[in-house]
Parts: sequence; structure tokens; C-alpha cells
Amino acid sequence: MTSISLWKRKTRSTRNIQNKTFDTIENRVSFYQSTSMKHKTLFDKIWDAHVVESVDATQDILYIDRHFIHEVTSPQAFSGLRERQVPLFRKDQTVATADHNVPTINQHQRITEPLSRIQVETLTKNCAEFDVNLYGLGHPNQGIVHIIGPELGITQPGMTIVCGDSHTSTHGAFGTIAFGIGTSQVEQVFATQTLLVSKPKRMRINISGELNPGVYSKDLILYLLSKLTAGGGTGYFIEYAGSAIEKLSMEARMTICNMSIEMGARGGLIAPDEKTFDYIKGRDFAPKGEDWDKALAYWKTLKSDQEAEFDKEYHFDAAEIEPMITYGTNPGMGIKISERVPTRIDSAKPESFQNSLDYMGLEPGQELLGMPVQNVFIGSCTNSRIEDLRIVANFSKGKKVNPNVRAMIVPGSQRVRKQATEEGLDRILIEAGYEFREAGCSACLGMNEDKIPAGEYCVSTSNRNFEGRQGPGARTILASPLTAAAVAIHGKIVDARELV
Amino acid sequence: MEKIEIFTDTGVPMPMEDIDTDQIIPARFLKAIDKLGFGDNLFYDWRYDKNNEPNPDFVLNNPIYSGKILVAGKNFGSGSSREHAAWALHGYGFRVIISSFFADIFKGNALNNGLLPITVSPEYLDHLLQKITENPKTPITVNLPEQYVRIEPDGEKMSFDIDDYKKMCLLNGYDDIDYLLSLKDKITEFEKNRSYVAPPLR
Repeated sequence: MTSISLWKRKTRSTRNIQNKTFDTIENRVSFYQSTSMKHKTLFDKIWDAHVVESVDATQDILYIDRHFIHEVTSPQAFSGLRERQVPLFRKDQTVATADHNVPTINQHQRITEPLSRIQVETLTKNCAEFDVNLYGLGHPNQGIVHIIGPELGITQPGMTIVCGDSHTSTHGAFGTIAFGIGTSQVEQVFATQTLLVSKPKRMRINISGELNPGVYSKDLILYLLSKLTAGGGTGYFIEYAGSAIEKLSMEARMTICNMSIEMGARGGLIAPDEKTFDYIKGRDFAPKGEDWDKALAYWKTLKSDQEAEFDKEYHFDAAEIEPMITYGTNPGMGIKISERVPTRIDSAKPESFQNSLDYMGLEPGQELLGMPVQNVFIGSCTNSRIEDLRIVANFSKGKKVNPNVRAMIVPGSQRVRKQATEEGLDRILIEAGYEFREAGCSACLGMNEDKIPAGEYCVSTSNRNFEGRQGPGARTILASPLTAAAVAIHGKIVDARELV
Repeated sequence: MEKIEIFTDTGVPMPMEDIDTDQIIPARFLKAIDKLGFGDNLFYDWRYDKNNEPNPDFVLNNPIYSGKILVAGKNFGSGSSREHAAWALHGYGFRVIISSFFADIFKGNALNNGLLPITVSPEYLDHLLQKITENPKTPITVNLPEQYVRIEPDGEKMSFDIDDYKKMCLLNGYDDIDYLLSLKDKITEFEKNRSYVAPPLR
């Protein structure tokens, strides 16, 4: 049977589904009219504005404004289009870059690793065939997909944004519904610019006050993860709010939204404000002239109504937060840098907890301060923006990386790298003993050559401390750029606040 | 997509919690441009030692355990959105994963690939793991039409939830994309009627 006749046959049966669940949709509509129609959360406002159709009690056809793609999760989706003989529906809402698999040295040369080369070349071929805008290797706009979207002004408030990458949640910092998808869904967005998705529940995390000196948004999100655990956000879309969030820069907000997925949440967002608008204004794809005024008028409506209800709500005080590090093998296993490794945690069975410590080579009750570290990685979609590089350079100026440490800094994009060079940060970092690399995901996931040797520790500004994430047997300790910079200089876990 | 209906098979126990997709399929194996062969590298870093020899302590290398049903600790499939994790599990031969809690993106990816994620209570999960450990040949029935799991021959029918639409897709082997393609006119209509649209990218 050809794919088209198969498609027609399937279409008929799926229509039956709609009829069958019609009553439920009615119930759902009346539910919304009676409750959240009047007082909506920011999440609801954006979601509801993108619903093409409701399928049943929980699932909607959601329209997607922007689709980012990269070399690892797109090839099979392009193949799917070819097999079905379906065109790419909205190529002007699709942007591609090569990031996961690319080397971070000698990017002007041919990629030496054959499988990586084939994957990157396949992206180039696919983008040419389907006429997708590609910022590939060598392009001045190339970089980690979640760095370049905001940087180019592609990411704008009120949008729905997807990418075949779980850290798509990063874009939520601009007041967007942004989430990671699988490759089947990449194909669905290619073919129809929509997805069939269930609507998550709403969670709000309020953080009042102000972060203490030497404490960064990375510490804040690691703190939230340690409280809510690695599964604590599953089934929810999070809104981060409160005075501590409002005071953060856009870069710092992106770090927080980026790691929403580490709580299992579909995504996390922050209501746009003047900082958001200032960040976007003038960027390559930002609205201009009359379009800007129109956009701004819309963006200013994007906040949760005061009476809007959330399914779950948490309150934290920013003053409670100290520099954080992880000791285990999921990002929820974090402690204040001055604390000892716990002897047990409520969120894990004793065997799972012990396995995790065994992998990390740590003992319950052990102090981490003073522990020798062999590697420092500063990079990834979590912390590789110009602000992060400035923090590291500022701390490292006139100092030397400890001779027992290999320290690597990988700017998130070519533009970040260029700006760092213009500001003279590259010189400071290279003089201190850092390897100053070209843009890519690099040792965050070790798909390219940038891997941490088995058994060694790496204090990393990335987002995941899973077993083998940075290379088979590698032991990852997540931390803020400041903590990582201090560890690089001292060769051991140190509290940077005592050194500044 | 392969259909799932009713079958009885044995289970493979993996009581570890928070099994993330980096464990299911490590990133260095994501370089393929098709969907084939990922099963060979399923759980690679647990399954093989550093000399690429099978690790005798790992459950998939223990011939006592076999079957199409993986029974795993809570928060299965967390982390990366890589659909390769679902391809690897399916490619290896699993058709059902039973856990007390699944990560969101993984669950969707599994359903899109003929792999049924079944959420049971933590107590039932412990019970099931215990039964399999006591007798690795314990037959387990998975009945999708009636939405239950049962330890044979005399266990109680443990019901599970699944969205109606997704159930229909699995029973018939349908993909979401067929449905979405049938809505193209509506999608175009939706695009015309939007109150605010961001300027195009080129």
C-alpha cells in the first residue's frame, strides 16, 4: 500500500476519534469558561492562543511559531518527509545550526571523525534540499541552538518554540512556551507546523528577595532542583516569578529556564519585562519600526493575571541560597558547597542512592570542600553566554589554572566568542591557562572529542551530571561559572566567596 | 508503527531509579542518520565493560532474564529528549516498560514508536520486581484493549491509564503525523486568523 493511501485510510479512523470524544471537549470548553477564562496564567494565555483544535480532554493541536533543528535529532525526520512525499510546511519558521557533534578546534577544517562528519554533512544537504536557513559550521551565526535563538532575536515573547533537544526550555526566559521534542515530533512540525500534545499543569515558583553576592542563577536553579528533585516538575509547566527573578539579567534567566527540564518539567517561563524588550530590540530578527510597536503592545499583555490559579505553587527566599554543587548522578542531587554529602535522601531508594555515590567515588557524610578536581568545563546552553565568560575572566585575571587541572572554556556561539575576543576576555583566559575553544555543545555531552577521562572529576557549568554524560566513567560536579573558575585555579573544590 | 494488543511474556527487572536517556543510549551512539541498530548499543555503558566485554553483573547479560517487558525504577527516561532511547529499547526487543513514574518526553517518544509505557503504583512495582526476582520465568500479561497488567496465573488485574487517542494509535499502529496531515486546511485557517504574528524569518 502506498503511503498516501495508507494515510487516507488512517485519516478516516482518526476522525472517528474526534466524534467519540466530542462530549469531553464540550466539557472541557465549559470548564475553561467557568474557571480560567477570566483569570489566566501566562502559560495559559500563550497556550490557548496557539490551539488549532482540541482533540480530547487533555490533548490539543498546538501551533508552533519557531522550530529550531540541529544535526543529531533531525536526519530521521527529514527522511520521514521524503518517505511520505510531504513537503516542509513552513520553512520560514525553521532555523538550523550544527552544534552537538561539532569539533571545538579547527572548525574551518573538515571534521575528522567520520560519523560526525556524515551527520553534519547530512544536515547541510537536508537544509539545501528543503530550503531551510542553516547557520552551519563556519557561519558567523553558528552556535548552540539555545544560545543563537535569543542572540539573533528569533526567540520572542508569546511564541511557541520547539526543538529536538530537551534544553529548548531555555527560551522560556523570554516568556515563551518552549519545550524539547522527539524526532517523530520534529517530523510532525516539519510537515504541519503543529504538534498533538497534552496540556501540562501549571506550577509557579516564587523567589523573593535578592541573591547574595557570589551566588548566581545557576546556584538558584540547582537549589530549586535539590528541593523539588529531578522528577518534581514532571507533568508541569513552570512559571518562575518573584522579586529575585525580576532582578536577574536575561542571561541569568535563561540559565534558570534551561534547567527546568532537569526537574522533569515540560518547560519553564518568565514573564517578559523591560529587560526582555531591551534585550530583543535591534537584534537581527527582532521586529522593526511599526512591527516593533505592534509586538511590544502584545508582549506587554503577557503576564499571569493576579487571580490566576496554579496547580502547584512554591515560595522560596533568595537569601537562603548559597553556592551549590552536585554530588550525585542527577541534577537534583545538589548541596550547598559548605555542606556534606547526605547519608540518605527521601527522594531515592537506598540502593539507588548508594549506586550514585559509588559511581561518583564519594562517601555519605563526606565534605566536598578541598576535594581535588582534575577538569573544569565552562560551556553548554546553560552557562556559555558572554556574562558567564566575563565572570570567569574577571575571576581568573592575573591567576593561573592549577597545573593538575585541564580547564576548557567553550563559548556558546561564534558571536559570544567574537564578543569575548573584542572585550579581551580570550587573552585573560588563555594567559590563565584555559583552552579557549570554538562554539558547540562540546563536553556537556561528549559527542565530539571533548570528553572527560574515566574516573576523573569535572566541575562543569553544564546541566547534567548523569553517569557517563561527559564521557564513559566521567564524574561530573555541576556548579556556577564562578565556582568552576575558582576550582580551576585552586585544583580543588573551593567556595569562591572566600577568595574574591 | 508496530501494533500492540495483548500478550504474555516474562519481564526484565531494572529496579534502579532515575534511569536517564544517557544511560539508555549514550550520546556517542547518536551519530546515525537512520533509526536502525540502536538496540545493539542499548544501556551500553552498563552492558559492557571498558574493554567492550559484556558485564556479567548487568541484567541484560544474565540469560535467566528475558522477555519483551522491562520493569524499571521510578522516573524512567529522564533527561535528554533523544528519541534514540525509544528506538534502542524497541530495537532490542522491548515492547512494554513498566515503572511507577516516567519522564514526560520519553513517554511521548515511546508511544510514537510502538513502545507502551505503563505507569503502576510504587507498591505494585515493588511487588512485580520481587516476583520477577523470585522467579525470572514469571509470566506477565499486558492487555492494552482492557488496560491491565497481570502476573499469571492468579495475580489481580492491575489497571493502568492511557489516553484514548494514544491507545487507538497503538492498537492500530497509527502515527500522530497522519492525523495532523489531515488537519492542514484547519491549520492554514488558524494561521490566517491569528491576532498577532511575529514577522517572518526571511
